[in-house]
Amino acid sequence: MSVDKTMMNVIVDTGCANLSSVKFAVERLGFKVTITDDITLIKNADKVILPGVGTAKHAMANIRAKGLVETLQNLTQPVLGFCLGMQLMCDSSVESSDGEKVECLGIIHTDIIPLNAENNRLPHMGWNTLTSVTDHPVFQGINIGDYFYFVHSFAAPISEYTLATCQYGSSFSAVIAKDNFIGCQFHPERSSKLGSKIIKNFLELAL
Amino acid sequence: MLAKRIIPCLDVRDGKVVKGVQFRNHEIIGDIVPLAQKYAAAGADELVFYDITASSDNRVVDKSWVSRIAEVIDIPFCVAGGIKTEQDAKEILMMGADKISVNSPALRDPSLISRLADVFGQQCIVVGIDSFYDKETGLYQVYQFTGDENRTQQTKWTTFDWIKEVQRRGAGEIVLNCMNQDGVRQGYDIAQLQKARAVCNVPLIASGGAGEISHFADVFKQADVDGALAASVFHKGIIEINDLKQTLKNQNIEIRLC
Repeated sequence: MSVDKTMMNVIVDTGCANLSSVKFAVERLGFKVTITDDITLIKNADKVILPGVGTAKHAMANIRAKGLVETLQNLTQPVLGFCLGMQLMCDSSVESSDGEKVECLGIIHTDIIPLNAENNRLPHMGWNTLTSVTDHPVFQGINIGDYFYFVHSFAAPISEYTLATCQYGSSFSAVIAKDNFIGCQFHPERSSKLGSKIIKNFLELAL
Repeated sequence: MLAKRIIPCLDVRDGKVVKGVQFRNHEIIGDIVPLAQKYAAAGADELVFYDITASSDNRVVDKSWVSRIAEVIDIPFCVAGGIKTEQDAKEILMMGADKISVNSPALRDPSLISRLADVFGQQCIVVGIDSFYDKETGLYQVYQFTGDENRTQQTKWTTFDWIKEVQRRGAGEIVLNCMNQDGVRQGYDIAQLQKARAVCNVPLIASGGAGEISHFADVFKQADVDGALAASVFHKGIIEINDLKQTLKNQNIEIRLC
């Protein structure tokens, strides 16, 4: 199958700081991508990437201020979330400076809770291995034991939406998915060759 | 399992990578972008770029090299030096850095750490600490403005009190640079790092003193640090990252092989 690299890929401008690293990662693979918060552009995109760093409270406030909540909830094309972007797809998160529960996009029905690291140090920062991976086109060529770069203190627990797991004190979701929405807790854009493979698999998904 | 990180550090001055001995007499090692690419390809787990003149010169520094690095490398990197405000931090993170590290400005105004953590998240706020062991008093002391030997000065903080303070204020990671060891390649300061580890509940990165592969094994096994930072051994080709990682892996240290 030949891939049309002129497809319109967008990175949603969530007002967070890691947008350019995500853009560069896509461009290194030879794909075009636009960073935008324009509702029409996002709706009409072939593929949507939802990045994010920082707190859910801050990012959700940005998404609300930009009027993007419904647009994101109703996307039907493939959507890939990175780190906080994954967490924003869930029902809620308790990651805010005052610890109060933040309502998220409610697309994948799970809640973001503090990572139970047992006696391990937080944040969970660095390269960790996947402890399970389910068959999925976006994770083709990704195996148990592969390392990805994680930076987080909150996580999605294991649920029916879990596609891959990681362990740090306890097991948590490294990848969750529902229908056209896929979210990685780790940072594919900073996970060397295997991270690039995931981004490439996603951008090459047949529509 | 979470891997121990090998972190080449590139000291940057005027857009070039430099290296000095015990913070002095800097010599130019090479251009930033090709060196960054080389280390990422060789299996570095993360890179740190220290703009070593920034804090002491009190000038606006051209940081456009940050986005040139972000364009080409696919591993995380941290930028240190000259970050005094939320705006400075924002600019560098927007250019594609994953973390920012503060040192002297945090000593002048410790509330900077909490303000940065509130805006950008604890995960991307690193505090760098330059620590000097005073043999006369037996105390570990924090120093500031170490990029400029004429301005380098001791602060009121002892190292372990400052480590506690920066965590209380929201530091997500601590890089402890043991100044007595810096650049002399005689091994990491295990005794100091063990003491630091005991009071440090966030990731701790050892810096200063790496000269041979066994030094890395020692610091991971004996001081339980999360990462080990080194410069000259990599820049001068004394240690190849692949050899280092394979040797550590053979000693049952958790390492990401590439």
